[in-house]
Amino acid sequence: MNKKILDLLCENARYSNDEIAVMLGVSADEVKAAIAEMEAAGIICGYTTLINYEKTENEDVTALIELKVTPQPDAGFEDIAKKIKEFKEVESVSLMSGGFDFAVTVKGANLRDVAMFVAKRLSTLEGVLSTATHFVLRKYKDMGVDLAEKSANDRRVMPF
Amino acid sequence: MKNVSELLNPTVVNIKPSGIRKYFDIAAQMDDVISLGVGEPDFPTPWHVRQVGIKSIEDGCTFYTANSGLMELREEICNYLKRRFSVEYKPESEVLVTVGGSEAIDGFFRSVVAIGDEVIIPEPSFVCYAPLVTLCGGIPVPVETYEKDEFCLDPEVLKSKITSKTKALVLPFPNNPTGAVMSRKQLEDIAEVIKDTDILVISDEIYGELTYTEEGHVSFPSIPGMWERTVLVSGFSKAYSMTGWRLGYACGPKEIIAQMTKIHQFGIMSAPTTAQYAAIEALKNGDEDIAKMRAEYDRRRKLVVNGFRSVGMDCFEPRGAFYVFPSVKKLGMTSEEFCQRLLESKHVAVVPGDAFGKSGQGNIRVSYSYSVKHLKTALERIGEFIKEL
Repeated sequence: MNKKILDLLCENARYSNDEIAVMLGVSADEVKAAIAEMEAAGIICGYTTLINYEKTENEDVTALIELKVTPQPDAGFEDIAKKIKEFKEVESVSLMSGGFDFAVTVKGANLRDVAMFVAKRLSTLEGVLSTATHFVLRKYKDMGVDLAEKSANDRRVMPF
Repeated sequence: MKNVSELLNPTVVNIKPSGIRKYFDIAAQMDDVISLGVGEPDFPTPWHVRQVGIKSIEDGCTFYTANSGLMELREEICNYLKRRFSVEYKPESEVLVTVGGSEAIDGFFRSVVAIGDEVIIPEPSFVCYAPLVTLCGGIPVPVETYEKDEFCLDPEVLKSKITSKTKALVLPFPNNPTGAVMSRKQLEDIAEVIKDTDILVISDEIYGELTYTEEGHVSFPSIPGMWERTVLVSGFSKAYSMTGWRLGYACGPKEIIAQMTKIHQFGIMSAPTTAQYAAIEALKNGDEDIAKMRAEYDRRRKLVVNGFRSVGMDCFEPRGAFYVFPSVKKLGMTSEEFCQRLLESKHVAVVPGDAFGKSGQGNIRVSYSYSVKHLKTALERIGEFIKEL
């Protein structure tokens, strides 16, 4: 049941416990308990909102930064990841396979802000060997959701 | 020359156009209408299936295929039916690829029904069977199904309709409009009634994949002794969300399929080629898509049944397709009255149950082939409507 609840919450985090209960054919109390349990276990870490900022006044810029680092003795990549994620400018940090080590997304008010953050904060961290900054120009799909303008027209006409 | 209207075939002229169509047209002219009326999936065809269709065009696969359909497609249909429902057919002689399930139904009747033959049709059901039988000069014999039986076919009632002229029986399960599903046990009881007769069966299993029971869909030809007399009709529209591709198939004894192929050869030539290539991909790699869509329909089904019950309406739990069929009898209204008033006062369009046969009177058909958000808004409005009565 937990997986089914997670599927529904991924689809729409604003489904009420009652709605989830009805759709899964279980009681609302069971849903409530399962969600509380998953929150406590750190499986559900939060609920956020998917925003297409292009349609808002917000002019923040986002960049994907490739980071190459030297793993620290004993701690490996963990220590440096911990330091990176502390910055409020950092939206996400992932350890990657392939040509670089960390993929970091950084958000800032403008290009220079992000550039300065990378130059002054990220690249100067102990163990960081190099950075490559890629600015996001446009987002087409996020969290599995197509951000493109949806035509409101249901093309279906056949009542059979 | 006479007036053209006097030169028409009276059999065709006397066929009434479907009642649902008319109703839908009224709704289409209103603003802010929330429809729960459509009879097709809301998901787009899975992208990998569309891509294969596109590629086939790019590769120049734009010619007729064999009359019966691409051999590879017929083979995949046979693999699929064996894998999913344990029924076996030979791709060379026992499969015909058609323009939707509808053409297969038409072809079956035209192949077996002679003038004066009777065809037993459970009602409520999809609107095409009776007119198509009539066009063959046959006599449609409706057999009612009842809410108390969850709209399954009662073997005793069936027995009472059988005469020396009965040529065929239609088994339209999972059912549009009721959502009824027949279990293996129930189908065995039907088999018991017809096993010593010469009655042929057309089992319209187009909604087979959309079955929400533990047992899952039971294909009628998988019931012992029934394969020999049954033509199984299915297609890609409902399972793979491919309505507009117009592709279905019929499987059955080679003697019937051969006649159907002849009619298809002269009337159609071959089913759309692009759709056939796409369908091969759907059958090979589409099981997961089906499972995903089925799970989504199942959630909506529960939401909608609960929605009707929580405003005090009687709504039996449908176990297949994507319709619920709540009763409005308690409200003292006919189906038509309910639909009209709901449309006028709350701008929600549903279909009167009697559009699917007399025994649908007192019920309405509600499609849940819509997003949860859409369904919730519609249910809210229906709730208001009931409260204000």
